[in-house]
Amino acid sequence: MIARHTLLLTFVFSLVGLFASSSARGQESPYFVTYDHYLEEPGNLEVEYFSTFGPQHGGNDFHAFWAELEYGATAWWTTELYLDGQTTFGDSTLFTGVRWENRFRPLKHEHVINPVLYVEYVNKNGADKILREVEGHDVASDFLTPNAVARKEHVHELEFKLILSSTFKGWNVSENMIAAKNLSNEPWEFGYTLGTSRPLKLAASAKRCSFCPQNFTAGIEMYGGLGDRHSFGLKDTSQYVAPVAAWNLPSGWTFHVSPGFGLNSNSHGFLLRWGLSYEIAGFGERVSHLFGRDR
Amino acid sequence: MKGAWKGQMKACVGALCISATLAAWSALASQDVDKSARSAKSSVYSEIEKAPEKARAKRNPFEQNPDAVAAGKNLFEQHCAECHGESALGGKKAPSLRAIEVQSAPPGAVFWILTNGVVRRGMPVWSKLPEPQRWQLVSYIKSLGVVSSEAVDYVPKKP
Repeated sequence: MIARHTLLLTFVFSLVGLFASSSARGQESPYFVTYDHYLEEPGNLEVEYFSTFGPQHGGNDFHAFWAELEYGATAWWTTELYLDGQTTFGDSTLFTGVRWENRFRPLKHEHVINPVLYVEYVNKNGADKILREVEGHDVASDFLTPNAVARKEHVHELEFKLILSSTFKGWNVSENMIAAKNLSNEPWEFGYTLGTSRPLKLAASAKRCSFCPQNFTAGIEMYGGLGDRHSFGLKDTSQYVAPVAAWNLPSGWTFHVSPGFGLNSNSHGFLLRWGLSYEIAGFGERVSHLFGRDR
Repeated sequence: MKGAWKGQMKACVGALCISATLAAWSALASQDVDKSARSAKSSVYSEIEKAPEKARAKRNPFEQNPDAVAAGKNLFEQHCAECHGESALGGKKAPSLRAIEVQSAPPGAVFWILTNGVVRRGMPVWSKLPEPQRWQLVSYIKSLGVVSSEAVDYVPKKP
């Protein structure tokens, strides 16, 4: 039987293969959880696959994975679809949900602090383990529930983020404030992420190269829950810190890696994340051509 | 149980409404309604003139750097050629960068456009590229020189 994450990977790379004749190097951010204010270039599609491996205290270790299709609808609007899944070792592999997010850039020009508005609709089940963000009182022990039980819980959620991001002398500093509302009468839940990163070298080299230092970006991010409407704060929340790195290849591929560390007893002690993304330039135009519309 | 079902229905209807609104908005935004392409083209180039005086006065720190044009060419191929064309003569999505309006603009003004983009007209902000790389791009663009022929069929969108 083919594993579901293999199917997801096959889907992702089939899409890349289908449209990969033209790539663009997008200088991808190394963050896994934090958003900066840079949106996808208009008409480009970024196809991404990410994994999170987490050892579980008192339970089975897990491997959560997700695919992202990120499309630049305009220079001020990026829309993104996620497909999530997970394997809990010694238990099962399952598809855990779909997310649809939109990011809007309200200001025309660059400023010292650049805001981006984020709206996401989440339709997932309780077995979701991708830890794409931490909010409310999410804790590591939530992941102990067997998949057969956890999958019966259906979560419909709206998530809002205020993304504030600045770039100065090559350093990006980003802060995201998260507010999420489960649509089944649960209270508002809150969370945050902070991140900073910088390319290893700011100027480009005259030669086209894969291993030049300007192709590598490194940084660190910190994220965690802030409780809910009834109990706002750090009590009974999980908190993480994670060094992050990305390698942007001139061919359009980007590799991401991030070892994460829990900062309190409610957190997973260690999380290893990695990912692969490919940017397809002019995707929107080519799809328009397929349907006979000359944009 | 009934309440939860109602909640899910509300969420689905809400998501559908949002999708429909965004789709309609996107369709309207992408309509190339401006048929007076020539006058619109000049208005695209007029964005360069909006660069503040302080930005226009900035000097390119890579002006004397012999490798800047080659580095800028690599960056152009990776980030700009898709829209502006391999020879920077423009395409369906973006105007020529070899027009007199661009080539005669101060380097600081071209750098300002790269940094801020022209977001409402489809040009993304490129401040994600570090400042030295944006200056290297300016070096390359300015090295191309003027081509006055109408080699492009770019029709700008209305803001």
